[in-house]
Amino acid sequence: MINKFLGFEPDKDRLPSATAKIGDDIDLSSHKYQKIWLGPNHPGVTGNMAIELWVQGNTVVKAKTHVGYLHRGFEKLIERRLFVQGFPTSIRMCVAEPDTNEYLIATCTEQLSGYDKAVPEMAKWLRMLSLEMARLQGLLRGVPGQGGTFALGLGVQWGVYLRDLILDRFEELTGARVYHMYIIPGGVRGLLPDGFKERMEDNLRDIDDFIIRIRKLMFHNSVFKKRAKGLAIITPEMVDKYGIVGTNARGCGVKRDVRKDDPYLHYDKLDFDPPTGTEGDIYTRTWVRWQELIQTVDLIRQIMAKMPEKGDIKAQMPNVLHWKIPKGETYVRLESGRGEYGMYYVTDGTEKPRRVNLRGPSYTHAIALLEDLLVGADIADVHAIMVSLQTCPPEIER
Amino acid sequence: MKELINTLSEAFEVTDVVSPRPALTFVTTPKELAISLVTHLRDYEGFSHFVMMSCVDWIEDGKFQLLYLLHNPETKTDLGVKTFIDRENAEMTSAHHLWKQVWTYQRELKEAFGIDFPGSPRVDENFVVEGWTEMPHMRRDFDTKEYSENTYFPRPGRETNDPATYMRKKLYPNEPITAKKQDNDK
Repeated sequence: MINKFLGFEPDKDRLPSATAKIGDDIDLSSHKYQKIWLGPNHPGVTGNMAIELWVQGNTVVKAKTHVGYLHRGFEKLIERRLFVQGFPTSIRMCVAEPDTNEYLIATCTEQLSGYDKAVPEMAKWLRMLSLEMARLQGLLRGVPGQGGTFALGLGVQWGVYLRDLILDRFEELTGARVYHMYIIPGGVRGLLPDGFKERMEDNLRDIDDFIIRIRKLMFHNSVFKKRAKGLAIITPEMVDKYGIVGTNARGCGVKRDVRKDDPYLHYDKLDFDPPTGTEGDIYTRTWVRWQELIQTVDLIRQIMAKMPEKGDIKAQMPNVLHWKIPKGETYVRLESGRGEYGMYYVTDGTEKPRRVNLRGPSYTHAIALLEDLLVGADIADVHAIMVSLQTCPPEIER
Repeated sequence: MKELINTLSEAFEVTDVVSPRPALTFVTTPKELAISLVTHLRDYEGFSHFVMMSCVDWIEDGKFQLLYLLHNPETKTDLGVKTFIDRENAEMTSAHHLWKQVWTYQRELKEAFGIDFPGSPRVDENFVVEGWTEMPHMRRDFDTKEYSENTYFPRPGRETNDPATYMRKKLYPNEPITAKKQDNDK
């Protein structure tokens, strides 16, 4: 049966204006607007976050992000604990890539205590390997996940299966699947198990195959193209104005990547060029992430090929139960899968930190940026826009 | 960076210059000049990327330390502008007009530390703790343990260990626990 509404485009000029000012001038009693909540338990919404929407018909005229559903006071808890006790707490500040927190808190404590130069070479390569593996498992969920917001569920199932294989490698390397506690002050907890590289190579070959299949599934799909192209555009002018980082910035041509701009560990010894786009819409951002998936697989292969076979993995450190760090402060950053991820760390000469403050990319992307990008969007696209910014609520409310 | 600091020192009374790394420097400026300095750095010195805004509670000095951390994408350097404000009736000039995300930080600082930023959008709205009636939760004098003991009921059948003492017993079972160490654990 032919759908008589196929190709129907409403004449929006006949509707009341959808460009109401962002403020308190939206009068719900006028019956021109309606208020609805998306989340905190909406399946399309990343994690436990809610968006309060004011809509006119299907068009969003105002949006407010609400966080706090996951607040566990991590920063406060870390301030009340010994330096080493901060580790199991810190990794929970971002579930998507917990290893980034391990690296930040380890590097902050090493820099402030003067042990940063003592970290062995082998440990730096292993740290880099675990960070890239974390990026890979995040992308395996994130790239097809964008398709999932437009009802392409199949890619998500492929991605989650392959992510589980990477979690298997994490389990081999660290003993844990999600929260690894592998990067510790002074180095890492263990060497690669026997046969690890071969098993990882097997997984990477499966992922190579997935990369081709997901390209056909998503980027050759007319529904995905039609809905993602031209949606939620980020322009280069917006990047500094909103503090946009990572693939959200690179998607509109602003090439910023901490691994290149301020190389840490041994990233300067790897051959890679961060992919960029030009359009800045959801389609381009997803395309950039798809290319980053290829690059991450390549980086893992490069790391495994270039890392030494043997070596110390941990520097001689003070007894962590009696460890006092001199008064000081630092800021350490890295390039997570979602962009610049940093930590401001202040010590006061005691056995506990004075202040720990995480700078997660979602703090900007999911509040100031998301609220502005949603204005004028269709209700059906709200969760797609949110996912396209790679929001991670735990890093907002720490 | 040294040249920049020399330039800023005269105009903005910059003091306490500390560089933990060559590409990262922290400076301190009086409260009245902080927003002017941040604006100058953004408009004339290329520090266009606002990294974060943070606060440290120096309760023993009766001061809050505010930090505006900026990044220059051209020179790949970071500059942290610090300023100290009184803990009592803490108030600071808003910087929400400089970058779009600043109001979010100020809203959080109002809730978490009780610092007011008059004129900042939605500064009085709840951020992460809805309906909070206690003192701002990130202040040093807010005791999380005491709060949870007073607020939540104990769960029968569950043993609670002090994390530091528990780890010490587990890792060094033969090492006696002195009174001093127990004090440190608290």
